[in-house]
Amino acid sequence: MTAAVSVRALDVTLDGTRVLRGVDLAAAPGEWVNVIGPNGAGKTTLLRALLGLVPFDGDIDIDGLGDNHRRAARARKLAYVPQTPVIPPGMLVADYVLLGRTPHRGVFAAETANDRRIAFEILERLDLEGFGERAVQSLSGGERQRAVLARALAQQADVLLLDEPTTALDLGHQQDVLELVDALRRERGLTVVATLHDLTLAARYGDRIAILAHGRVAETGPPTEVLTVQNIAAHFGATVRIVDDPEGPVIVPTTAARRSQAEPAPITQNGDQP
Amino acid sequence: MTATWGDDRAETALRAAGLRPASLVAGLAAVVVAVTAGLTLGPVDIAAHRVVIQLLDGLPAVSLDSGLSDAHAAIVEQIRLPRVVLGLLVGATLSMSGAAYQGAFRNPLADPYLLGIAAGAGLGATVAITSNLGDGAGALDPVPLAAFAGALISVTVSYAAGHLGGRSTASLILAGIAVASFLTACQTYVLQANSDAFRQIFAWILGRIATSGWSEPALMLPYFVVAAAVVLRYRRALDVLAVGDEEAAALGLEPRRVRMIVVLAASLGAAAAVSVSGLIGFVGIIVPHAVRLAFGTSNRAVLPLSVLFGGAFMVLADLAARTALAPAELPIGVVTAFLGAPFFVLVLRTSRREIW
Repeated sequence: MTAAVSVRALDVTLDGTRVLRGVDLAAAPGEWVNVIGPNGAGKTTLLRALLGLVPFDGDIDIDGLGDNHRRAARARKLAYVPQTPVIPPGMLVADYVLLGRTPHRGVFAAETANDRRIAFEILERLDLEGFGERAVQSLSGGERQRAVLARALAQQADVLLLDEPTTALDLGHQQDVLELVDALRRERGLTVVATLHDLTLAARYGDRIAILAHGRVAETGPPTEVLTVQNIAAHFGATVRIVDDPEGPVIVPTTAARRSQAEPAPITQNGDQP
Repeated sequence: MTATWGDDRAETALRAAGLRPASLVAGLAAVVVAVTAGLTLGPVDIAAHRVVIQLLDGLPAVSLDSGLSDAHAAIVEQIRLPRVVLGLLVGATLSMSGAAYQGAFRNPLADPYLLGIAAGAGLGATVAITSNLGDGAGALDPVPLAAFAGALISVTVSYAAGHLGGRSTASLILAGIAVASFLTACQTYVLQANSDAFRQIFAWILGRIATSGWSEPALMLPYFVVAAAVVLRYRRALDVLAVGDEEAAALGLEPRRVRMIVVLAASLGAAAAVSVSGLIGFVGIIVPHAVRLAFGTSNRAVLPLSVLFGGAFMVLADLAARTALAPAELPIGVVTAFLGAPFFVLVLRTSRREIW
C-alpha cells in the first residue's frame, strides 16, 4: 500500500540555519503518526514543508497529488490545524468553517448548497451546531479548537496535519479533541500526522511515534519502543520514569530530590567527596 | 414551499457571510437620499420631484416637462449633476480602496494613503503648480496628471522596497511610511522654495469636489470601474486572507499574489481620486469601519457597501462644503473630518460588534 504521506531526505534551511536534515518519514493511509521532540527540533517546520509553505530539498509525496504543485490541489489533500490559528475579528463560526471549502470552490466562486451542507454536517458532528452565528473569537478554548478542526475537516482532505492541537487546553478538553480526531480518523479513514508535547498522550493516541531532534528523525516506531527512559533523556534532556499501563506507557517526570534518594550521591562540582 | 424544521435550521445556521439584501437596500437608499439632497439643495432650492422629472426627460426617447426654468434646469443638469456624480465616484473609490487596503494588510489603520499615494500625489501636484506647467497648456490640466503620476510612482516604489525588505506586510507598511516621509519632505522643500504658490497648493491638498462640466467625472469613471471590478472580484479571497498568509496558503490561496493585485487595483483607483479631487482624508478609514460596525466584517459585504456608503457620504460632505458658508466653499477634507469624526465616534460607541 502506498503511503498517504511520505517524506524522503527532506532538508529545510531557514535564514541560513538548517532546520531539517535528511528527514525520512511516512504515514500509511489511516495511520496516526505523532512527531515528538524538544522545542526547536523542527516539528512545525516539518508540517510547514508538507504544506508547501517553506522551500525544501528532498522528496515529499502526497498520495494522489502527483506533480500538481497548485496550492488548491494540495489543500484538497492536506488539511492543517495550526498551533496558534489566526482568528479573524468578527468572523462567524459558519463563515470560518466554510473557509475550509476554499480549495474545492476556488477563491472567486460563491459557496454552493453542497458546501453549506458539508460544513453544517461537520458542525453537527463536532457538537457546534448552535454556534454558526457566533463569532469565533467569542468561543471558549475548547470550542475554538473544535471550530478550527471543523474548518480543517471541511477541506475533506485525506490527511490531517495537527500542530500541537492540545496546547492551551485543559486535560478534559485535550482528551476531547484527541478522542474526536481518533473517532473521525476511524469513521473517515483519515491519516493523521500530529506534533505533540505531551508524551503520554502521544503514546495513547498514536500508532507510531517519531522523535525529531536537531532536525533529524532520531527514533521511530511504536510508542512502547520509542518512549524509553534512555531516549527521553537523550533527546529531551528529561529524567523520567516509565510506568506501564494497559493502554500504553505513562511518562512520569521525576524530581531531583527524589532522584538523590534513590541514586548514589553525585560528586560535587569542586571534586570534594562528601 | 414547506421546509422541514431540520432543513430550515441548517439553512439559517450556515448562511454564508455576504451581502444581505437588507444591507444592499440600505446602501442604495443612502445613495438615493444623498443624490437627491445634492441635486435639490443649494443656493437655489429646487423641488425633488421636478429634479427627477428633469433627469428622466434627459433620457433618450423620454420627453417630459419638469416645469423648471432653463436656468434651473441648467443648474441641475450642468452644475449639480456632474458634481454629485464626481462625489459619488471619488467617495466610493476612496472608501472601497480603504476597505481593500485594510483587508489586504489585515490592519485596521490602513487607508488608501498607506503606501505614499497622498505624498506622491502631493509632490506631483506641487511641482506642477509651482513650475506653472498649467500656463498655456491648453486642454489638459497638468496638475491631476502630475498628481496621478506621483501617486503611482510612490506606490510602486513602496511595493518594490517593501518586498526587498522582507515578506511580511509590516515591511510593506514600513516601506510605505518611509516613501511617504521622503516625498513629503521633497514636497515641503519645493513648497518652501515657492511660497507664492502656497495658497494654491494648500487648497489642492485640502481637497475639493469641483467640476467644470463632465470632464472630471469622465476622467474618474474608468479608474473607478477598473478598481471596483478587480477589488470586488477578490472580496472572497480577502475573507480567506483574514486568517493570515500561512493559513490562507494552506487553504489553497496565493496570499502574496492576492495582496498585490488587490493593493495595486485599489491604489490605481485612489490615485485617480486624489488626482481629480485632492487629498480628501478620513473617508477611507471611517466609511469601511462604520460599515463593519453596522453590517459585520466580511469583505463580501464590506467592499460593496463601502462603495455605496462612501459615495453617499462624499456627496453629503460636498453638499455641506458648498452650502455651510455659501457662497464661500469649505475644503471638503475639512468637512469629511468635521462631520465624519463625531459620527464615527457615535457609531463606535453604539455598536456592540467586535470588528478588530
